[in-house]
Amino acid sequence: MISLAGRDILHAWGKFVFTGVGLGLLIGVTLTMAGVYRGMVDDGKALLDNSGADLWVVQQGTLGPYAESSSVFDDLWRDIRTMPGVAQAANVTYLTMQVGTGDADVRAMVVGIAAGGSGEPGWPPYLVAGRHITRGHYEAVVDISAGVRLGDVLRIRRNHYTVVGLTRRMVSSSGDPMVFIPLKDAQEAQFLKDNDAILMQRRRTEGNPEFNRPGVPGLVDAVIASQTSNSYVNAILVRLQPGFAAQDVAVPLRRWKRLTVYDRAEMEGILLGKLIATSARQIAMFLVILAVVSAAIVAFIIYTLTMDKIREIAVLKLIGTRNRTIAAMILQQALVLGVLGFVVGKIAATFAAPLFPKYVLLVPIDSVLSFAAVLAICVVSSLVAIRVALKVDPAQAIS
Amino acid sequence: MAKSGIRIERLAKRFGSGDTAVLALKDANMQVAPGEVVGLIGPSGSGKSTLLKCLGAVIDPTAGRMILDDTVIYDDGWKVRDLRALRRDRIGFVFQAPYLIPFLDATDNVALLPMLAGVANDAARERARELLTALDVAHRAQAMPAQLSGGEQQRVAIARGLVNRPPVILADEPTAPLDSARAMAVIRILNDMARRFETAIIVVTHDEKIIPTFRRIYHIRDGVTQEEAGEGRGFES
Ligand SMILES: Nc1ncnc2c1ncn2[C@@H]1O[C@H](COP(=O)(O)OP(=O)(O)OP(=O)(O)O)[C@@H](O)[C@H]1O
Ligand SMILES: [Mg+2]
Repeated sequence: MISLAGRDILHAWGKFVFTGVGLGLLIGVTLTMAGVYRGMVDDGKALLDNSGADLWVVQQGTLGPYAESSSVFDDLWRDIRTMPGVAQAANVTYLTMQVGTGDADVRAMVVGIAAGGSGEPGWPPYLVAGRHITRGHYEAVVDISAGVRLGDVLRIRRNHYTVVGLTRRMVSSSGDPMVFIPLKDAQEAQFLKDNDAILMQRRRTEGNPEFNRPGVPGLVDAVIASQTSNSYVNAILVRLQPGFAAQDVAVPLRRWKRLTVYDRAEMEGILLGKLIATSARQIAMFLVILAVVSAAIVAFIIYTLTMDKIREIAVLKLIGTRNRTIAAMILQQALVLGVLGFVVGKIAATFAAPLFPKYVLLVPIDSVLSFAAVLAICVVSSLVAIRVALKVDPAQAIS
Repeated sequence: MAKSGIRIERLAKRFGSGDTAVLALKDANMQVAPGEVVGLIGPSGSGKSTLLKCLGAVIDPTAGRMILDDTVIYDDGWKVRDLRALRRDRIGFVFQAPYLIPFLDATDNVALLPMLAGVANDAARERARELLTALDVAHRAQAMPAQLSGGEQQRVAIARGLVNRPPVILADEPTAPLDSARAMAVIRILNDMARRFETAIIVVTHDEKIIPTFRRIYHIRDGVTQEEAGEGRGFES
């Protein structure tokens, strides 16, 4: 027996290729959407991995430092480091802002890292070029996706930083490149007011009789000093000693230091469940729509291809073709269309993924799932056409 | 199985029921021997197509008997079980338009029938080529239907009707779209094939050109058949 479906496809290959490519682009978009979601999740995980922390200590009652703002005193880390089970503890600040690069600017996550060196929590675990920060001020290590080169000068607030090292895949949970700078500089960038505001505040404080008391010299200076100094960081990153579980340290920290502490699993829950949850739902919605549209296209094409063949189907039935053979012909055509579409889609997605501004991660399981979904959609959409074909009366062939 | 052609007795067909019932066939009787070509003519609405569909086992008669090569197909409401296989193996169809399958070439259009009956592809194609040669279209065996002329298409369609060596071939206005020379050619082919393969051929037609070629004609009026002698004139137009 010859393959009726195959022969029909070879005969009308233009129609099939055209539809298959159209369907393929749609499937490509679907795969890319899934890749965008996977990329977001991966960015989130990369952020946690790269911080090198086992515990995140943040302001009480907040979901900081990534999902909400948090500030804790910058001397707390000393107390924490002496607690049993703690190997390392380091201050860190995170601030997402526009960073000037020459005459343009990029959105970046500025990370303030405490002095210490590579291996300290918060520090980039590896570089692809250059060196780590060695000086206390005005040096930066930047992710390569920011599009800067070694030796470039970045502008963050009022200060300029020289790029001394480059990293890769060091991004925030929204995919913005990270810019590592010394903690002191970062604290200034985050908390320090501009000169005019400082001047203004000084005047106000001096003008306030409660502070500026004739009998208490030095009071106003002390108040002003406390107002302008900044002694906050966003979080303290803690690395545990081997043999200690996260909760061994987290529980006493919560109880005695009155701080909120998250371990790795909880942090991942916050990033995936809160920070990117809405985007994920948005993407899921798109996937549903794309699936429906693909199904409609396949159904419509298979239906028209079948309607074009009603006469032939009547003749086939008249000369004794089984219903099964006719149904199989239509089903096979739908499946061929699906496979063609999937191949085109997979290729399109693979080539398109690197062109996207944010990370698009194509994982094999998504391909497998969408392949299964495409085949299922093709089967379902061919049912309408098969129904029509089976209803064709062989008597129709005789006028 | 002895070849005895096709015979129908008191065949009747009613469409619908109650007030709207239409008695399309009332009393159709016919006997066509192997090797014989008969005409079936009648005015519009007289029941020609209905009779052809009953003969082709596409619709079931309400009453009467039909016997094909000594096998009873219909007997007053009773019918053989697998009409689909019967159509495939024992009835050949040739239509007004050739209705070839557009995505199969001439050979496979013909070979499809034996293939459907389970014959291996090569053997089926061999049989198809033999017939195409007999019908003088062997040189177009690889052509797609769209590349064939009307007459060539009709000859391929006739080959398809013949390929399973059915005891009966039903031709529904096979010459309607053809000019008189080609119409005559088709009739000649049908006569040749009838003799050669001992096939009973029934030709439904309106075509004045070919009516004189039949030796026997069944005239149908209001669902009742009547046998007449034809002129049996030669067809070497
Ligand atoms: N499926 C059907 N349902 C109801 N009535 C039908 C059906 N098919 C045919 N008829 C009726 O049966 C009668 C015979 O119809 P048939 O098609 O056999 O005529 P015909 O001789 O082939 O005519 P024509 O030369 O115009 O093709 C007509 O009155 C027609 O209306
Ligand atoms: Mg008719």
